[in-house]
Order: sequence, then C-alpha cells, then structure tokens
Amino acid sequence: MAKIKYIEHNGKEHLAEVQNGLTVMEGAVQNDIPGIDADCGGSMSCATCHVYVKEDWYDKLPKKEMGEDDMLDQAHEPKSNSRLSCQIMVSDELDGLTVYMPEKQV
Amino acid sequence: MIKTDVVIVGAGPTGLFCAHQLGIIGLKCEIVDNLDKIGGQCIELYPDKPIYDIPAIPECTGEELTNNLIKQLKPFNFSFHLNDRVQELKNENQNWIVKTINGKEFNTPNVVIAGGVGSFEPRKFPTKSAEKFDGTTVLYSIKDKKIFKDKSVAIFGGGDSALDWAIELSNNSKVSLIHRRDEFRGAPASVQKIKELSEKKIINLFTKYSIKDVKGNGSLEEVEIKSEDGESKTLKADYVLGFFGLIMQLGPIAEWGLNLDKKTIPVNTENFETNKKGIFAIGDICTYPGKLKLILSGFHEGALAARGCFKYARPNEKYRFEFTTASNTIKDRLGLK
Repeated sequence: MAKIKYIEHNGKEHLAEVQNGLTVMEGAVQNDIPGIDADCGGSMSCATCHVYVKEDWYDKLPKKEMGEDDMLDQAHEPKSNSRLSCQIMVSDELDGLTVYMPEKQV
Repeated sequence: MIKTDVVIVGAGPTGLFCAHQLGIIGLKCEIVDNLDKIGGQCIELYPDKPIYDIPAIPECTGEELTNNLIKQLKPFNFSFHLNDRVQELKNENQNWIVKTINGKEFNTPNVVIAGGVGSFEPRKFPTKSAEKFDGTTVLYSIKDKKIFKDKSVAIFGGGDSALDWAIELSNNSKVSLIHRRDEFRGAPASVQKIKELSEKKIINLFTKYSIKDVKGNGSLEEVEIKSEDGESKTLKADYVLGFFGLIMQLGPIAEWGLNLDKKTIPVNTENFETNKKGIFAIGDICTYPGKLKLILSGFHEGALAARGCFKYARPNEKYRFEFTTASNTIKDRLGLK
C-alpha cells in the first residue's frame, strides 16, 4: 500500500491509497481522479496516462522498460521526468510518490 | 446516395463480426473507417502483440485476428469505405442519412457505432501558433512531396514516418530533423542513414529539442525549438512537419445527440441500442453495468445489435433464429452448396 499524490494541471491535489500490485494509472482510474485517460487500458499502446514524476522521485522508480520511451514520444509535451503511469507498479516503497498530470492527454 | 440496411462505423474486430452477423441474418451493410486499413486498434496499435483471450483461439496476434475476421466476412461481399469518417447523422422519414467527410451519403434505418475509443487522428503540435498554418505549411501527413522541392523543411518526431520522410526529402529540400531525445524508435537502417546524412551535413539533426513556436507574417518563416534546459534556437522553415503518431478522439460522434458517459455511449443490454432509435453502439465505445472492454464482449454485443437492426430493416418480417450448422438459408448466404 502506498499513498500517492496526484496533482492536476490546475494545481488541484488528490491523495489516494493505492494497493500494491496496481499501477499508478489504475490508482487514479479507480479513485475517479481526473487527468489520466488510459484509453488503451494499460497495454502501453496509447500515451494517454502520461504523468510527470516529481523530480526527487523519478530516479527512485523502477526504470522504464523497452517501448515506454517510444510511446512517450507520442505524448503531449513529454519532458525528462515523463512516465506512463500504467508502467509504474505500486509497492510500499512508493509511499509518498507525487505525480503531476499534463495539461491534456491527447 | 447508397441505400443499405446498416452502416457500421468502425472496422475493428467488433464492427467486423457485427457485419458477419448481419450477413448471416440476411441484411446488407456498409462499413466506414477513418484508417486506411481494416482492423482498428488491432492493426494500428498492436498488430504483432499476441492476444490470449479469444474463445477457442489460445493465441493469435492482432493482425491474425483481423485477417481471420476478414476471411469470415468474405462470402457477404460487403463494401468498406476506408480513409473516410462519418461526420453527420440526420434523421429523415424514420431513416438515418449518414454523411462522410469524403462526401459519401448513405440512407439506412440502422447505424452501428463500433468506434472503439474514437477515430485515429494525427497528434498535433502543442503550440497554439502552429494552428493558423495547419493544413498549409504545418502538416501531419504528406500528400504531395513535390511541394517541398528546394524548400526548408523542419521535421519533428523520432519514429519511422519522421525518419523516412527526412531521408526522402533530403534529396531535394533543406531538411532539419528535431527529436526530443537522442534515441530513435525507427528502423535501425533508417537511424543509421540519418546519422550518415547528419555527418555529411545533408540533414541538420537536433536531438533533445522540441518545438517552441512557429513564426511568420502571413506565410511560415521560422520555427523556434527549445531544449529541456530552456535553451532555444531558431531555424528557417518553409514547412513544418510533425510525426507524433496517432491519437484516438471521439470526434464527430460527440455531436450526434447521443447520451455520453465520459468517452462512452450508454446502451441497453438487450440489443445495444442507444438513446436514439436505430443507433446502436458496441465494443469499447459502449457502456452498461458490468461492461468489460474485451474483444469477446464486442462479438456478443455485435451479434445482439445485428438482431436489433433486423427489426428496423425488415419491419414486416419476423426474425427467425437459426443455427449455422442446420440452416440451408444461412448456407446459401455463405455461398455453400
């Protein structure tokens, strides 16, 4: 279980307790947090669950797997701290993680 | 004006199987899709990814599934209208007049929306200033490469489309290629070629840059690019091309007066009709209590929607349930002796 803070582009904050084994994307969808679309349902095929990871957390996350950067090329305004939230698996170590949602997903 | 029993919007697996079911019960249909090929997400997003939950098929790829659905549909000889998009639905004398962006018109009692999460559209530049040049000098696809001859062209993107066009256009144009990181996702041979062209100064390569602004009085003159740490450069550009892949957008479907729940269309589970008579929604785009976004659910929904269509297409006939194993009528429709 990890408490994850999702911050919308307009600054609105949402705190959610997300179970281990779910993804950061699923944590948002299950808690009705706006700003993450996840059109493809988590199969790393779209880039509509794009988030910016708070700088001090970025290096603590498990590294990107093959293909995630390719999808991120197609996201709206990707930056060096961009991730697809469907590829971040939640564990106890992620307690306190903060992610920012982009201005839009498509 | 094409008169038909059903217009299906979307040629993904759900739309294809619904068409098959319509053929089985003796109805005609026309299938419209925005993509240039049949198969929807299966073909566009994951042609090579294996799927493990199609009943009785332990494993198949998106492409194999699509090819089999096309084969299954073949006896009915239905027409596909690819590279086209249904734009407008209008009710006229109990029927729907369906208009596409390419100017095709259908007259039909039934429309089945099998549009997945919407139509695939090119992802555009986030910069507002690019909008006023959109379609003239800021482009997301190339129809006529001759317009670039002897011009300065700035190409953005790191996939095969961006690389292939950068290589191709570098023969006759001054090409700059701009990509947000220094790895490319295109084919290795193309990446190698780009590096060679860059070393020979035939292509100006800018990695770890993205678009900041486009400028020009009336016509496009310059494009400004920025690096992650805020440094910016200005490049001369007569054309700016963006190849960032496709995104899915609900598009005109949102304008048809249907009830919407976020990006999905609520339906009943008896025949998958929407709040509008004769308009059905099946597959990922529909929603109802317990909805699962699985291909197999789309198949089921398509079979029931097809029977729903029968009622409006053949108002004076009673639908008769038959098995394909036993019915001679169905065997005739399948062209079997």
